[in-house]
Amino acid sequence: MTDKRATREALGTTLVELVTRGVDVVVVEADLSKSTTTATFRQAYPERFFNVGIAEQNMIGTAAGLAVAGKVAFTGSFAVFATGRAYDQVRNSVCYAGLDVKLAPTHAGVTVGPDGGSHQMVEDIALMRVLPGMRVLVPADATAAAAALRLAATTPGPFYVRLGRAAVPTLYDEDAAFELGRAHTLREGSDVTIAACGVMVERALCAADILAAEGVSAEVIDVFSIKPIDSVAISQSARKTGGVVTAEEHSIIGGLGSAVAEVLAEQIPVPLRRIGVRDTFGTSGDPEELMRHFGLTAEEIASAGRDIALRR
Amino acid sequence: MALATDIGAVQDLARRVRRDIVQMLGAAGSGHPGGSLSAADIVATLYGDVMRHDPDDPAMPTRDRFVLSKGHAAPVLYATLAETGYFDREHLGTLRRLGSMLQGHPDAKKTPGVEMSTGSLGQGLAIANGMALALRLDGNLDSTVFVLLGDGELQEGEVWEAAMFAAHQRLTNVVAIVDNNGLQIDGACDEVMSLGDIHSKFAAFGWDPVSCDGHDVGALIDVLGSARSRARGNGRPIVVVCTTTKGKGVSFMEGNADWHGKAPGTEQVARALEELGAPEGDVS
Repeated sequence: MTDKRATREALGTTLVELVTRGVDVVVVEADLSKSTTTATFRQAYPERFFNVGIAEQNMIGTAAGLAVAGKVAFTGSFAVFATGRAYDQVRNSVCYAGLDVKLAPTHAGVTVGPDGGSHQMVEDIALMRVLPGMRVLVPADATAAAAALRLAATTPGPFYVRLGRAAVPTLYDEDAAFELGRAHTLREGSDVTIAACGVMVERALCAADILAAEGVSAEVIDVFSIKPIDSVAISQSARKTGGVVTAEEHSIIGGLGSAVAEVLAEQIPVPLRRIGVRDTFGTSGDPEELMRHFGLTAEEIASAGRDIALRR
Repeated sequence: MALATDIGAVQDLARRVRRDIVQMLGAAGSGHPGGSLSAADIVATLYGDVMRHDPDDPAMPTRDRFVLSKGHAAPVLYATLAETGYFDREHLGTLRRLGSMLQGHPDAKKTPGVEMSTGSLGQGLAIANGMALALRLDGNLDSTVFVLLGDGELQEGEVWEAAMFAAHQRLTNVVAIVDNNGLQIDGACDEVMSLGDIHSKFAAFGWDPVSCDGHDVGALIDVLGSARSRARGNGRPIVVVCTTTKGKGVSFMEGNADWHGKAPGTEQVARALEELGAPEGDVS
């Protein structure tokens, strides 16, 4: 399990697989099929693929109409445009109407890299999470991404599946089971809980290694399903360890950190540290450079975990 | 040409719908009479003559579909659905109340016969396009998607994204209708934000624009009834731009932007009903 693949690479191939399995999937893209990999779907099922050009509001609206007429409509584009540019369409035409539209944009987070802050979406989980009826999945690798897309396709109602541009190590076996609302405890520990999502899961595992070398036992949870969130797994782990660190490639406002804070505050108030982008926009740079620039590293997670473990 | 008996039946339906609109808005104490009344003849023509639909089987696969993109005109849709048998007219008195199936703007999850939830302007044409694509993909070549837009609504950018798309996809199973009453909340459209020549704009986007008097039921039956075959014939989506009067049928509301989003009081309801006249077959 040492190969590296971007979560976006699962998009086109999984959508093809779903149609092959008999799911009535259609795709609406906004001129980014090569980047998002929906071009793979277009090649396989050209009659089920619709390109609206550079018009994200129309992408969401057209997908809503396809869903009204019974299709399972996936949309493409980049996270920044699919959520922000078309927010009112997502809210009213998709969520208020309660339709089978599945947003699966790519290029979320700062790992977009050199394109800079205009294109690095770090507010999307917050925007999508607050919408009534919207489910939010943040896969940690390409295997989880394929599972998230299958779940979205086969579960009624609106979904947001957050996909990334950068290659990430494969963490899950092909036969790993993913469920809506279920987190995965990837490592058991007793001194601190690290709850992570997306590309930060692998870094959380590295952080646990760093801490283990120091004699601190960290539990690592992949919060694959941000909404609905696995409040049972999170609160049980918090009860065991007594403190939590969250790690996300997203603003610390409104995303995983906030979702976990809500669970802890209501169920088991324990010390919490949030690793994420600290109320700022992205900037140009290489992805790895940017992850260090914004403190999204195993070292930062480990440092927060150490603070929490020692505080007790 | 439309038959006199068909015209009479639709005119009677439109009169009933207008009476319902005035009464339900009076009872609700809020809502949008102007744009509901301007669209009454259009919507009555669709449900009373042009569209294939069955109130006893709202999900009939071969039905024609209607999307009210100008969702604030919900009363005209609710009244028409009630008058054509989708639900009991008693519901009209619950408009905009807590727990009512008749929400301030159309909610397809709550109201039988409403195909799609709308209300945020500019979104209906893209939705109609998506529905039309799905029908085509499923091999349903009979059903037509009718979508009604307001003229002020054409100021929304998504309308033109969708207009471009429909022409590109040669969606001849979508019929767009513009309720061109010339007014929006803040006043005349030409003063608030000029729409320019609506026909030329749609033509430039690859559509086939057709004019119609939006209150001449005979003309509406002819134009809307033949729109689909005309679109098939020339391979371009068709838009019927209907010249209408905001508040049509109620003298003190006609042509007055102040009646865009204001409900009539008790005395005004009475005056309006007197002007509209009793529908055929009614004793009162």
